[in-house]
Amino acid sequence: MAWLLARRDFWGKSVLDAVVHLPLVLPPVVTGYLLLLTFGRRGAVGQWLAEFGIVFAFRWTGAALACGVMAFPLLVRPIRLSIEAVDQRLEQAAATLGAAPWRVFFSITLPLALPGVVAGMMLGFAKAIGEFGATITFVSNIPGETQTISAAIYTLTQTPDGDAGAMRLVIVSIIISTVALVASEVLARRAGRRLHGL
Amino acid sequence: MIMLRIDIEKQLGGFALRAAFESDARVIGLFGPSGSGKTTLINMIAGLLNPDRGVIAIDDDRLDDTEAGICVPTYLRRIGYVFQDARLFPHLSVMQNLDYGRRMNRLARDAAEETRIVNLLDIGHLLARRTGKLSGGERQRIALGRALLSRPRLLLLDEPLGALDEARKAEILPYLVRLRDEAEVPMVYVSHDDEEMRQVATDVALFARGRIAAFGDASILSQAGARQG
Repeated sequence: MAWLLARRDFWGKSVLDAVVHLPLVLPPVVTGYLLLLTFGRRGAVGQWLAEFGIVFAFRWTGAALACGVMAFPLLVRPIRLSIEAVDQRLEQAAATLGAAPWRVFFSITLPLALPGVVAGMMLGFAKAIGEFGATITFVSNIPGETQTISAAIYTLTQTPDGDAGAMRLVIVSIIISTVALVASEVLARRAGRRLHGL
Repeated sequence: MIMLRIDIEKQLGGFALRAAFESDARVIGLFGPSGSGKTTLINMIAGLLNPDRGVIAIDDDRLDDTEAGICVPTYLRRIGYVFQDARLFPHLSVMQNLDYGRRMNRLARDAAEETRIVNLLDIGHLLARRTGKLSGGERQRIALGRALLSRPRLLLLDEPLGALDEARKAEILPYLVRLRDEAEVPMVYVSHDDEEMRQVATDVALFARGRIAAFGDASILSQAGARQG
């Protein structure tokens, strides 16, 4: 998808671009509501998928879908930018050496765009972890099924005597986030060194 | 030797290129000032640019034929290209760079050929290195080896010495002459340096403002020199 937006020109590209980025600008609750309308039990897509036994509404699968939709633009954007930054002269050189377009992508473009891919995964992951609005609107807040960490913390703060539990979850999320941040930093630095041929 | 046949037209903004020649020389030199269309022509031979009209063929194999609607994509042409700026892959080691063409073409490993090329270019001591700290001359030799090891049927060289100083040029030139005399692959050699041309090329096309002003053996270079002088 990022490659499509970075390197191709096609009819409707700006529309696709807008749709991909929409969840970034729309209020999360609006995104969640739209998801409910399309993927809900009576939604156009939801009804069709239900025939195959795939149900999103008020299930953990729906929570995953909501997080995915919300995280997608944050994932795509840095990857796209770093693909755009890859020197196309290197891709030409690869083609003269006999590499078909998809092999150029996997052997040259993607490895050279790696820092952006890592950054995108980091941002997407962070968004998915913190996702609150769209999830709660789409699949509600069912413990053990659709509850994200943010939703759980919010519930606990609304409950008397919930402070200790909330605190535990806060610490857990700080740890997860720190580990992810450090890991992505290490990966990006390693990838950056390789880029300069060192 | 192969027969390279070219008869093309290309319009690029205000610049019009028209070129037609046939040659089975070991090294065809494209000679002329910068902006005269030499690089545009070899980019078309490589398939990185497409002609507006005309034919590019190696023997009976047409790579471009606008009337027949033929346009073979770059990666299927089996034409090696040594760029002025080497274009080594920075995320790969020297050895992986050399091996890239073989992997992409799914060729069997040929240790004897590898050793021959590595020795021909004196790059054996560089194989384990990464590309970041190589000198310009070393980079260009590796680019040459990388192109040769993809087993092209024709090798294009676009001012391979252009980015190097005089000392480095003198370092690489003997390798190119050796390559002409030892390797079986014919070359198209682009340069604006007549001394280089005299040493390397066997047939020369003189370019001027998008046209071929003269075509013949290396002796036409002195005519050109006399005309310019």
